[in-house]
Amino acid sequence: MKKLLLSSIIIIIGVTFMGRLSYLQLFSFSPNQILEDPAIKKVYDYPERGYIYDRNGELLVGNQPAYDVMVIPREVQPLDTLSFCNLLGIEKSDFVSKMKKARIYSPRLPSVLVPQLSKEDYARLQEKMRHFDGFYIQKRSLRFYDTSSAANVLGYISEVNERDLQANPYYVAGELKGRTGVEKQYEDILRGRKGVKHIQKDRFNRDIGAYKEGKLDTLPEQGKEVQLTLDKALQEYGEQLMHGKRGGIVALEPSTGEILSMISGPTYDPSLLVGRKRSANYTKLHYDSIAKPTWDRSILAEPSPGSPFKALNALVGLQEGVIDSKTKFTCYNGFYVGNKKRGCHCGGGVRNMNSGIFRSCNAYFAGTFRKIFGKYQTTDEGIRVWENHMRSFGLGNYLGTDIPTGRPGRIPGEAFYDKWYGNGSWASSTIISNSIGQGEVAATPLQLANMTAAIANRGYFFTPHIIKRIGGSNTIDSKFTEIRYTTIDKEHFEPVIEGMTNVYKYGTAKWIRIPEIQIAGKTGTVENFTRIDGERVQLTDHSVFVAFAPVENPKIAIAVYIENGYYGARYAGHIASLMIEKYIKGNVTRKDLEKKMLEKTLEHEYAKPFSGKPFKINEYEW
Amino acid sequence: MSGKSLIRRIDWLSIFFYVLLVFIGWINIYSTTLGESGGSLFDFSTLYGKQFFFIGVSVLAVFFILFIETGFFERFASIFYLVSIVLLIGLFLFGKKIGGATSWYGLGFFNLQPSELAKMTTALAVAKYLSDIQTDIRKRKDQIYAVLIIVLPAILVIPQPDPGSALVYFSLFFVLFREGLPLFYLIIPLILIALFVTTLMFGTVWVTIGLVALAVLVFSFKKNTVKIPLLPVFIGIVISILFSLSANFVFENVFEQRHRDRFSLWLRLEKDEAKLEQISKTIGYNTYQSEKAIESGGFFGKGFLEGTRTKGDFVPAQHTDYIFSSVGEEWGFVGTATVVIIFTLFFLRLVVLAERQKNDFGRMYGYGVISILFIHYVINIGMVIGLLPTIGIPLPFFSYGGSGLLFFTILLFVFLKLDSNRLKEGI
Repeated sequence: MKKLLLSSIIIIIGVTFMGRLSYLQLFSFSPNQILEDPAIKKVYDYPERGYIYDRNGELLVGNQPAYDVMVIPREVQPLDTLSFCNLLGIEKSDFVSKMKKARIYSPRLPSVLVPQLSKEDYARLQEKMRHFDGFYIQKRSLRFYDTSSAANVLGYISEVNERDLQANPYYVAGELKGRTGVEKQYEDILRGRKGVKHIQKDRFNRDIGAYKEGKLDTLPEQGKEVQLTLDKALQEYGEQLMHGKRGGIVALEPSTGEILSMISGPTYDPSLLVGRKRSANYTKLHYDSIAKPTWDRSILAEPSPGSPFKALNALVGLQEGVIDSKTKFTCYNGFYVGNKKRGCHCGGGVRNMNSGIFRSCNAYFAGTFRKIFGKYQTTDEGIRVWENHMRSFGLGNYLGTDIPTGRPGRIPGEAFYDKWYGNGSWASSTIISNSIGQGEVAATPLQLANMTAAIANRGYFFTPHIIKRIGGSNTIDSKFTEIRYTTIDKEHFEPVIEGMTNVYKYGTAKWIRIPEIQIAGKTGTVENFTRIDGERVQLTDHSVFVAFAPVENPKIAIAVYIENGYYGARYAGHIASLMIEKYIKGNVTRKDLEKKMLEKTLEHEYAKPFSGKPFKINEYEW
Repeated sequence: MSGKSLIRRIDWLSIFFYVLLVFIGWINIYSTTLGESGGSLFDFSTLYGKQFFFIGVSVLAVFFILFIETGFFERFASIFYLVSIVLLIGLFLFGKKIGGATSWYGLGFFNLQPSELAKMTTALAVAKYLSDIQTDIRKRKDQIYAVLIIVLPAILVIPQPDPGSALVYFSLFFVLFREGLPLFYLIIPLILIALFVTTLMFGTVWVTIGLVALAVLVFSFKKNTVKIPLLPVFIGIVISILFSLSANFVFENVFEQRHRDRFSLWLRLEKDEAKLEQISKTIGYNTYQSEKAIESGGFFGKGFLEGTRTKGDFVPAQHTDYIFSSVGEEWGFVGTATVVIIFTLFFLRLVVLAERQKNDFGRMYGYGVISILFIHYVINIGMVIGLLPTIGIPLPFFSYGGSGLLFFTILLFVFLKLDSNRLKEGI
């Protein structure tokens, strides 16, 4: 026993040590601990963020230098605080508290004392800086906007938050990341890849050389420039036209699906979200819950499409063979659903397809809608066919664009109405409003523009997209160059387009023709309601207009949606007409019309529901 | 005696382990101190160069020891002991303070730490006293004398303060146990330590409940053939409870805050996570950093000279007391396990050597040597890997420090010299 005592203790201790060591080195060990290793500091080398150009190579977004005044508290020598503060343009108390904060953060590491000096301040400071030990100026790169428009399309960048850091290990706290729009969608391309240097640190956080002689270090990869399909001039012009109005405009090039402009009103100057005033401005924009400037109406608003939708119902009728271009319906200044009369503003009389479209006759399309359903044994079958046709135009679902936000709109189907009305308790007459683009259908301005492009192309479209070139390469995602066919045969488009052309010649938009350009279009006037004190109140109609031009070989397809702009040809029609002229001719000849649109605002309409008093809607004078 | 026969008689296996440990130790000293200067391998201005010099000095010392006559150490053991005690007392008057402890004599070119010397002389003195023909460890009087030989230097070093060395003297109790001191002397302190620790962790009430429960359990399961007297058990429990109460009192009123903090950290007494974190970042900084460094080594380690925390000097005293953390970081589990295995085999080999001594003095001194080396190893590695509270004590043959290496070498080789002569003495 006594001989074995020490030996056994030696062995027991050995085993205990081995157990503890395996716990530490085998179980607690995590292989990616280099990330947490306090002895290795990563120093990043950030490449410049890629520039953004418009379709003609005009600069939209670049970079500008910004200058931060940095301080390393330990190296600060006694100084004339007052003159230094005057130089920096800050209060002495501010200076004292910032210095205190910096010292608490770390006496040995640099902290920002004054962020983002202007170029002028920098020039003034630069010379005198060397008199103040422990302070220096660090250059940073900020976004620079060579346009005051397209804020919602371009998007903005901001510092990564906790969630970003967890979602993507690439980012490190304090880095910038695209938050919305193009900056978000093409973040990886614009950002490039930061270079990293691993620096061996000692316990006082001093550099003591490169870790592993820099074997793990990488060089920064430049961010690539991006060319957008946007037309800067058209975009800026559209935003000017939207002055004082709420709504969205989307213009596409039908032959490619390229987005020429995407305008939301009201909007804001993208430069507001850069620099020292950024967070104050952001708060102001973000919390404007009435005008909602950060809410991109061109892709997020989902109003009923209104009359432009009639063109699609006509196409479906033709494709299904239930009507032809000669088929006539009689309009009794309206039409009957059972015993109930629904109104029409076309003036009444016998209507064929041509006049049905250009006079926007409700009775004609109600009849067409019924015929489509009448072809099939059951309403369920009818709506399935109808829904399928509608969806082939990119309606009722996300389009799959490269804009990181969007809405699906709505094409109601069998399941929707079974839930809405109950199975078997609805028929084509119940949902007849869809024939004229009211009722349950809903579409974003982008979807309307795309639908128009599909008509302009006589039966197909390309997924709308904002990207044109990345770096020097023309190749973009193949899904944007693939043709998407609608379910309507090519020959059925001509009669409908003829009707849409006559909208300008004789119809609802004959006052806004453009000399020398043949346009096909369709007006829309959309009833809409709001709730005031729990009561359903009708507001002035939304003004909607879709158009493409020229009729042969179209260059532009456009959808304009103006909230409470009254009838289609009024605001939306005017704006569409001006946009088309601007794009095709390069300048606008109808200066009176232009002046009127630039000056008129709808603020008085938007104020009505908040006035607390009874108000009139759809006032004729303007 | 002839050199040739010495070469045949000496235990080469022990020398092999010794050389291995010194070599691995120096490699790690090189790695931990390289950052401070980039000179040549044997540049004496560097710490690893100095250590290399002391390895050379130690080799000379080994030759010197091997040529001293064997009986020398046994004969003069008492004198050595007395001299060291005098030196320890002298510290109170002439001691030089280095690193917070008055443990040194400044001799100009060299600082002498008498407590190191006293470790060896105490081992010799214990061996000498016990091996005396008139001493019988089973007698109460001789037990007291033997214990006094050990406790005296311990009492002298505690006020320096040098609790580490004090513990080393107590390790010589292993020699007494080997020679027949009843295990009672081992069990009682162990029980007291267990009571102290459990009291701190759970409080007197739970300790009392536990003890009573244990007694009830033993009585209910006892076989009828075994008679356990009720009264001593009862008295035992009462004494334990009193001790438990006094443990609390001592902890709260006799201990200083820094001691309490160490216990708080070691036993996780502090329940407030934030406070515990605070303690572990301040008092426990060394342990925290060394555990992290060892952990970061993983199975294979980061490689020689690749330890980032070692290079960054994150673990304080990493070339001296915390050298093992550098082994853990750079050589991984492979390295730490190898070192633990080498030490274990080395100690077991020395036990074998001690047991094969023909004369009592050799065996007892051998046990003394093992006890001293072993207690250093247990406390040092236990502290570095976070099993034991922080007590500054070097890892034998491994840690940086010239006098330490020299002392451990002499301690060991005196025993190896005795061992090489064991047959001669026996005749």
